[in-house]
Amino acid sequence: MHYSALQILKNGLSGNKGWKPVWRNPEPKKSYDIVIIGGGGHGLSTAYYLAKTYGIRNIAVLEKGYLGGGNVGRNTTIVRANYLLDGNLEFYSHSLKLWENLEQELNYNVMLSQRGCLMLAHNDGQFDSLARRGNANLATGDDALLMSADDVRAFTPYLNFDDARFPIRGGLLQRTGGTARHDAVAWGYARGADMRGVDLIQNCEVTGFRIEGGKIKGVETSRGYIGASKVGMSVAGRTSQVAEMAGLSLPIESHVLQAFVTEAVKPVIDTVISFGMGHFYISQSDKGGLVFGGDIDGYNSYSQRGNLPIVEHVAEAAMALMPMVGKSRMLRSWGGIMDMSMDGSPIIDKTPVEGLFLNGGWCYGGFKAVPAAGAAFAHLMATGEKADWATKFNLNRFETGYVIDDEGTGARPNLH
Amino acid sequence: MRIICPNCGERDHREFEYLGSAKLLERPEGGDAAAYHDYVFQRRNPSGENAELWQHVMGCSAWLHVVRNVTTHEIIEVKLARDVKEAAL
Repeated sequence: MHYSALQILKNGLSGNKGWKPVWRNPEPKKSYDIVIIGGGGHGLSTAYYLAKTYGIRNIAVLEKGYLGGGNVGRNTTIVRANYLLDGNLEFYSHSLKLWENLEQELNYNVMLSQRGCLMLAHNDGQFDSLARRGNANLATGDDALLMSADDVRAFTPYLNFDDARFPIRGGLLQRTGGTARHDAVAWGYARGADMRGVDLIQNCEVTGFRIEGGKIKGVETSRGYIGASKVGMSVAGRTSQVAEMAGLSLPIESHVLQAFVTEAVKPVIDTVISFGMGHFYISQSDKGGLVFGGDIDGYNSYSQRGNLPIVEHVAEAAMALMPMVGKSRMLRSWGGIMDMSMDGSPIIDKTPVEGLFLNGGWCYGGFKAVPAAGAAFAHLMATGEKADWATKFNLNRFETGYVIDDEGTGARPNLH
Repeated sequence: MRIICPNCGERDHREFEYLGSAKLLERPEGGDAAAYHDYVFQRRNPSGENAELWQHVMGCSAWLHVVRNVTTHEIIEVKLARDVKEAAL
């Protein structure tokens, strides 16, 4: 069914009885051309682009739980393209372009809101580095606006500009950044893939790989063996463990990242703000809740909950930046498991096993990457070649030395 | 999480700085690039017990070898990293 204003009107007048389930719930077939492991944002967008762009319809997406039930349904929904280094620059630039047309592409309202992303500087050194970053973004063709303290004051007057430790020196605004409705992104891609014949198989856990002579033959699952000539892993948080079943060791650690939301309040923050001195960022959801987050907890974890020290740290950062936040009550906090790669950048590549492909290591930046990562992973799986906008996310870059360390913190995943 | 430092006793984990996997104690000899790549970048990343290096930066400054369950956050064993390294030699 094509969604349109006319459909809403028609169904509104007929008791909303015309709406159909958005995707089928098929039984797995014995084999597929391509199996994607992981029915999150990346897995679903990969399947969508494989079907749409490359005309491959005999595809299954295997999901252990339910579609979009992992990190794509639990993040802070920020979309931006303000990275610093080659590799990341062109990739996120391409991703933002896909975001801008995503609703038309999917015929699904992902509620993309380009409300801007503001990064703050609190001293001259930080301000200079924001200028450098802004120039890199402009040179890539993306938006960047360097703002003086007065500009920032006019834009977001409610911040604490004269904090004794962290006075606001200026900021870098990307007006094309913003937020999107995270669940809708997963659902939109799922619907688009299903419409093109992709089997979305839920409650189907991959328990092993069948590999013969260094070549992938299929996957063992909780619902039986499924043959496939190509298999793609897209299982953020669990990448190391799935890859280990294929005998691979990866440059990835799993860490827990917490996020928080307050009770709904009237519109107060009309952009996305990142505090430069603590890793803290905040925006307001369309429902009214203030959505914010901070650093990862700082040690390996597969626990989908965080510890209290980071809750305290994030709350302190919030109070330092925006004292009015203290008036609102926290509604929920939650933790998700991140693939923290050794340089803070992702991997979209082939693996040493022929026919087995890897999309992982997204750290906490996977959501904004959903369209371009799916498109790049689909391109790689369909053609065997790297997509133009994702040539540097190589698995062997840690051996060759071509790491993409945007944060400049070295091989310390807990510091990215 | 609370970590029992062999020198200082039981302390909140905020007193400690996390470095990473305890495989960092096993620095490869010689100039073999593949061994160094494995040492610096590759991680087993298990979901159960993980051997890790923590430093008691706000206490005795000792480097500790901590075995911790990374799903439940239970601390299973804490030793001085020096002792673990010497025992392995």
